[in-house]
Amino acid sequence: MTKPTAVTGGPAVLVLEDGTIVRGESYGAVGQTLGEAVFATGMTGYQETLTDPSYRRQIVVATAPHIGNTGWNDEDDESRRIWVAGYVVRDPARVPSNWRSDRPLGEELSRQGVVGISGVDTRALTRRLREHGSMRSGIFSGDALAEPSQLITRVLASPSMTGADLVGEVTVAEPFIVPAAVQRRFRVVALDLGIKYNTPRMLAARGVETHVLPATVALEQVLEREPDGVFLSNGPGDPATATHAVALTREVLARRVPLFGICFGNQILGRALGRGTYKMRYGHRGINIPVVEHATGRVAITSQNHGFAVAGEPGERFDSDFGPAVVSHFCPNDGTVEGLTCLDTPAFSVQYHPEAAAGPHDAAYLFDRFCHLMAVQNRHSVPNGDLAAVDNRDSAPNSAQERRDNGAEE
Amino acid sequence: MGRRNDISHVLVIGSGPIVIGQACEFDYSGTQACRVLREEGLRVSLVNSNPATIMTDPEFADATYIEPITPEFVEKVIAAERAAGFPVTALLATLGGQTALNTAVALHERGVLERYGVELIGADIEAIQRGEDRLKFKDVVRSVSAEVPRSAVCSSLEQVREAADELGLPVVIRPSYTMGGLGSGMAHSSADLERLASAGLAESPVHQVLIEESVLGWKEYELELMRDHRDNVVVVCSIENIDPMGVHTGDSVTVAPALTLTDREYQHMRDVGIAVLREVGVDTGGCNIQFAVHPHTGRLVVIEMNPRVSRSSALASKATGFPIAKIAAKLAIGYTLDEITNDITGETPACFEPTLDYVVVKVPRFAFEKFPGADRTLTTTMKSVGEAMALGRSFPEALGKALRSMETSVAGFWTKPDPPDVTVHSELSALAVPHDGRLYTVERALRLGATVAQTAKASGIDPWFVDQIAGLVELRTELVAAPELDEPLLRRAKRAGISDRQLAAVRDDLAESEITALRHRLGVRPVYKTVDTCAAEFAARTPYHYSAYESDPQAETEVAEQRERPKVIILGSGPNRIGQGIEFDYSCVHAAMALRSSPTPPGGYETVMVNCNPETVSTDYDTADRLYFEPLTFEDVMEVVHAEQASGTVAGVIVQLGGQTPLGLAQRLADAGVRVVGTPPAAIHLAEDRGSFGAVLERAGLPAPAYGTATSFAEARKIADEIGYPVLVRPSYVLGGRGMEIVYDEQTLAGYITRATEITPEHPVLVDRFLDDAIEIDVDALCDGTEVYLGGIMEHIEEAGIHSGDSACVLPPIGLGESDLATVRASTGAIAHGVGVRGLLNVQYALKNDVLYVLEANPRASRTAPFVSKATAVPLAKAAARIMLGASIAQLRAEGLLLPHGDGGDLPASAPVAVKEAVLPFHRFRTPEGQGVDSLLGPEMKSTGEVMGIDAAFGQAFAKSQAAAYGSLPTSGRVFVSVANRDKRAMVFPAKRLADLGFEVLATRGTANTLRRNGIPCSVVRKHFEGPDNIVDLINAGQVDMIINTPYGNPGPRVDGYEIRTAAVFRSIPCITTVQGAAAAVQGIEALIRNDITVRSLQALHAALRALPAAGSSGAQ
Ligand SMILES: Nc1ncnc2c1ncn2[C@@H]1O[C@H](COP(=O)(O)OP(=O)(O)O)[C@@H](O)[C@H]1O
Ligand SMILES: Nc1ncnc2c1ncn2[C@@H]1O[C@H](COP(=O)(O)OP(=O)(O)O)[C@@H](O)[C@H]1O
Ligand SMILES: [Mg+2]
Ligand SMILES: [Mg+2]
Repeated sequence: MTKPTAVTGGPAVLVLEDGTIVRGESYGAVGQTLGEAVFATGMTGYQETLTDPSYRRQIVVATAPHIGNTGWNDEDDESRRIWVAGYVVRDPARVPSNWRSDRPLGEELSRQGVVGISGVDTRALTRRLREHGSMRSGIFSGDALAEPSQLITRVLASPSMTGADLVGEVTVAEPFIVPAAVQRRFRVVALDLGIKYNTPRMLAARGVETHVLPATVALEQVLEREPDGVFLSNGPGDPATATHAVALTREVLARRVPLFGICFGNQILGRALGRGTYKMRYGHRGINIPVVEHATGRVAITSQNHGFAVAGEPGERFDSDFGPAVVSHFCPNDGTVEGLTCLDTPAFSVQYHPEAAAGPHDAAYLFDRFCHLMAVQNRHSVPNGDLAAVDNRDSAPNSAQERRDNGAEE
Repeated sequence: MGRRNDISHVLVIGSGPIVIGQACEFDYSGTQACRVLREEGLRVSLVNSNPATIMTDPEFADATYIEPITPEFVEKVIAAERAAGFPVTALLATLGGQTALNTAVALHERGVLERYGVELIGADIEAIQRGEDRLKFKDVVRSVSAEVPRSAVCSSLEQVREAADELGLPVVIRPSYTMGGLGSGMAHSSADLERLASAGLAESPVHQVLIEESVLGWKEYELELMRDHRDNVVVVCSIENIDPMGVHTGDSVTVAPALTLTDREYQHMRDVGIAVLREVGVDTGGCNIQFAVHPHTGRLVVIEMNPRVSRSSALASKATGFPIAKIAAKLAIGYTLDEITNDITGETPACFEPTLDYVVVKVPRFAFEKFPGADRTLTTTMKSVGEAMALGRSFPEALGKALRSMETSVAGFWTKPDPPDVTVHSELSALAVPHDGRLYTVERALRLGATVAQTAKASGIDPWFVDQIAGLVELRTELVAAPELDEPLLRRAKRAGISDRQLAAVRDDLAESEITALRHRLGVRPVYKTVDTCAAEFAARTPYHYSAYESDPQAETEVAEQRERPKVIILGSGPNRIGQGIEFDYSCVHAAMALRSSPTPPGGYETVMVNCNPETVSTDYDTADRLYFEPLTFEDVMEVVHAEQASGTVAGVIVQLGGQTPLGLAQRLADAGVRVVGTPPAAIHLAEDRGSFGAVLERAGLPAPAYGTATSFAEARKIADEIGYPVLVRPSYVLGGRGMEIVYDEQTLAGYITRATEITPEHPVLVDRFLDDAIEIDVDALCDGTEVYLGGIMEHIEEAGIHSGDSACVLPPIGLGESDLATVRASTGAIAHGVGVRGLLNVQYALKNDVLYVLEANPRASRTAPFVSKATAVPLAKAAARIMLGASIAQLRAEGLLLPHGDGGDLPASAPVAVKEAVLPFHRFRTPEGQGVDSLLGPEMKSTGEVMGIDAAFGQAFAKSQAAAYGSLPTSGRVFVSVANRDKRAMVFPAKRLADLGFEVLATRGTANTLRRNGIPCSVVRKHFEGPDNIVDLINAGQVDMIINTPYGNPGPRVDGYEIRTAAVFRSIPCITTVQGAAAAVQGIEALIRNDITVRSLQALHAALRALPAAGSSGAQ
């Protein structure tokens, strides 16, 4: 048991672009940080959240009042570092308590130079962000402190999330391979737009060897690895800027290589299919978000983290350069698009996180669906839309039955 | 999809009387279910024997049967409904606790459901069995490759011994099909094993116990899940027990959400929970699963599941704002989660998982002081009688609020001096044994210098929680040291949940009132946040608030302006306890209903409920217009009043319906300038203060037992000599007869004074003449300042001397003459006017030698208000609320709320007879040696709940009341009779009758002689100390069917017969301890033998009753 270290640091302020000033104590690193203020409603999983590349350049407001209770361990990171630009909490734990904890969260934040603020009425802040939308903001402590007016100027000088191309900042420099954890069945090329560790892990468990490639790779580099399927990961920023990824995706679709995208990947597929994307007022960031599969009416409780969405209506069928497609999943909270499925091309995507981490595992079956898609596609090397289509149309996924049959198709 | 259209008529089964382990949470869930089903246009029939419930109000079902919840009676109900042309199509039993579930299983096994074509909805029999049968359940868990503690099911002591050898001690013993851990326990020695196992086998309806590997000290968690028929599953709430495994969840301090799990561990728990739920096959509705997690390895085992709405579900609903019972009812009739909207947001669907931006703490309320000799150790058997819940923006804040919600002598840390000579060591070793108020011990240990690690180790409580308390200890040091309380420090203290009273306790320079004044001067006030299920992601429509302190002085408060309608603040009754339970919540809920729809002012009042009891209907967010889930302390109430005044106009505060809790606040509120409506505080004082009340009686010329107030033993003796023995002694400041004793001689008096109370001028002792063999009479009345309306006159079955809350009573009175009734009416009127009552009044009388003595008057809603309302078809509490806000009785008669003529005091002769019977918890308590505690009744209340039996005549009504409370009276077999000398003559006739009815009569020598001389055949049995084959052996051998045992003479011998009574309690054999009770039982038995007991809905009874000409007007009777 480490001796309680009082976390009440020096003064710190959080400033929103609308002029809101919130005072608190500095938490983690001392200094200045700028980013888009967004709130995340998960009650567990701060370590996974902080290390999720999709949070690049965002200042995360935790609605859960106690943060850091289980400390920080060396097992639950979802990428190589903490990505959030800043962290806003109410009550940091004085001591962590969990058998897997290696050090206190506050210590890790400082170690990685993440500027945070504590003692904040995060509920009031969340209500503000809900009403006025996510906005540019900054956390200032130590020498960075100054007159509110100056701080607001700094915030207003910072770039907006709309139009932000951040993939380049998070993607890997060099390709790497995650071998299958069981008998290998498929090889998948995963385009790293900000991928989380748990995605290759989930694929590996299903006999998939994952080749994680930088977001900038050319089609040739993808094809030379002879993938059974291509995966588009989650990632930060405005999908409207992801021109290269979209172009690459269109090539993959044209070659009928089975494709599965999540989160940012859903937006990429959307654009590849000719749909527009738009910025949501305050997005979806939580691990309790319901998604309805239009075809079956089945509900999954999902982990989500996105501020942009694909334009569309629940169940809407539309034509694309790659044949008819459908808005296969939607969020009953606000009717936003949560998934797309091509009917004659072996491709589908969801706006949420089937790999969870943090969050419920309800959507894990989608990885099985991806495997199924690759299996069917391989069986019929010659393009065979119908089968893919059939396979893609039928689905009674979430049932206890199928969960048990998972992977048993072969 | 939507609702099934093959269901037209649903029978809902309630949970019966309030008992330990099954309290008003099931009134809350049942009420919600009935509401929903009726909104859906279905016919709803209801069976529940508990008259104090809201669900049994006639307006909540089409046919309400206040009948015993036994397979026999429920079958009668199903038959009656069919005969009436309304065949029951579905039975909903998952909202009535274990009682309803067990009854449903019995109905199935007897083929009743099949015979009447009734479908069990919610959970089918197989699912119930897979969930409830601990062995089947373990297989289910293993089948989804999750772990359970190793165990063996045993049906005999031999098997138990083998199993224990196999698993190694300690082991947990758990009877199948019992609720609240009844009969279960932890066996550390083979002696424990024998004792617990035999008790357990007896407790189990299927004579089966589970012997299980101990996971003592592991972290304990619960998940509340919901599933729809389309197999969508959501986890509504996670609950973490601060007390580790070994202390029943009902007795543990718990928090929501779980605070010490990483997402990986939590999601694993969630996966297992969902897999188990699916495998058990609870097709729709709520269910609760308990887990144990090893604190150092994270190994997770599943402990149990309840395939139904449970105590924890009620807690979870209040904690999250997600109405589990309501939604379970909708799912049961075919809806899916995504088809149901979330009331709170009004737009998002119910297929989501609530997320909290606050912390919820639940603390149990115990009543050990009521059961001298009872072992206070907390074990796997639930012993708490109630609970309070608090919400705060942090754990310390919520904990502080929860602790002061207990309304015990200590109101949070530091509010009571430490017990003498406590040391780090004494506290650390005390922590090793779970006990009530354990967190106080944790705080003391830390304050005395123990480290967080030591304290966590000693108690098994997770270091995170211990450290949070350590934080408070550190803060306390600052508070003590600070030269003055400045704004930042004060704010930090309040943010940590420390009350003004606690601050005053640590700052000897300031009194509570001064702290409050300072705080307000510095502008340190709470803000009110909203329970919205979604951590503010969506706007909330329901004003369900809790207070919190934020660091920011300008922090926003979420209380909405409301200036159209005047507001009335109703103060609830806090945690259930013996003497103050659901009956008071009932009255508060009625006030909310009545004032909301009051014709004056136009549009009615905006009702504001303040309460901290998560089990109740009053804390349902749609009972009142606004709900503040807050402790009922002066400080917390005043802040609510302030917030409400700031957002509109407050017409007044109602303190009269929530029992003694709010009543006690009346004067302080008035002094603070708050308008208390109804009986003014000064008048309340007149009734409550013994001296002033004596004066009121004198002025009215009403006799009261002679009494005196003693501040020393000498004085007490002097008074006793003057008024003569026996005397009734009690501390002057009591509730529910706390510390009351009947004393028959001087030496016992001396004993009492030294033992029961530290007598001082501040704490005088009241010495009353004890009226023995007096008939006790209870009256509930309304007074508007002009007219007095008798709600009802209740004649007690047991004689005065047995607390009104514990004795059975009958309404209308069956043994009182015209003149007695006239005197009761006159006296009640005189008291009502003399005191100056505006609203409800309860008076207790004792009738002895034709003199009607006034025992006490309570200027508030009484425990009997709901019983009277249901027996007489007049909603007294509603009327009272209206009167408090200015309506006159005449006006209410005109409106039809009250009878147009006459009142409940002169019911026509043909009115049905209603019997109230109390339910006692003795079987839950054991002495440290494992003996039972004495079941003898006295002036100190011990019952936890009550039932009502209503029928055409006393016999049937009494028989029903017994069936509902204790299981049916015998109609044949052996009766054991052993009565005190003073009762011997009175016992002759009942005994004779029993013999004539074919009972074999056993008696102890003395009693036998009397009976024989009166020509009653009977055989003599030994008293237990007279050697082998004595009565106790016979009882334990199950060879006795009923016991009539009145305590012998007095004083000492009052405890004689203890072994007999405790044996009876454990074998649950009817045990009657008064002659009056015996006479009543005989009438009941006759009714059973005649077999003319039928069931009739309250609606039918009320219609008939209202149609009868009032005796008063018709001059009948
Ligand atoms: N194997 C065990 N080892 C130690 N404590 C246990 C064990 N099983 C149960 N308990 C404790 O006993 C309590 C009651 O057990 P439970 O199975 O929940 O019965 P109930 O039906 O009364 O809720 C639990 O809350 C837990 O604290
Ligand atoms: N003078 C008395 N003689 C006989 N019984 C009494 C007397 N005073 C009180 N009792 C008995 O004690 C019980 C509790 O006394 P009461 O004054 O009603 O206290 P409480 O406030 O607990 O209701 C009564 O219900 C009655 O049965
Ligand atoms: Mg339990
Ligand atoms: Mg009384």
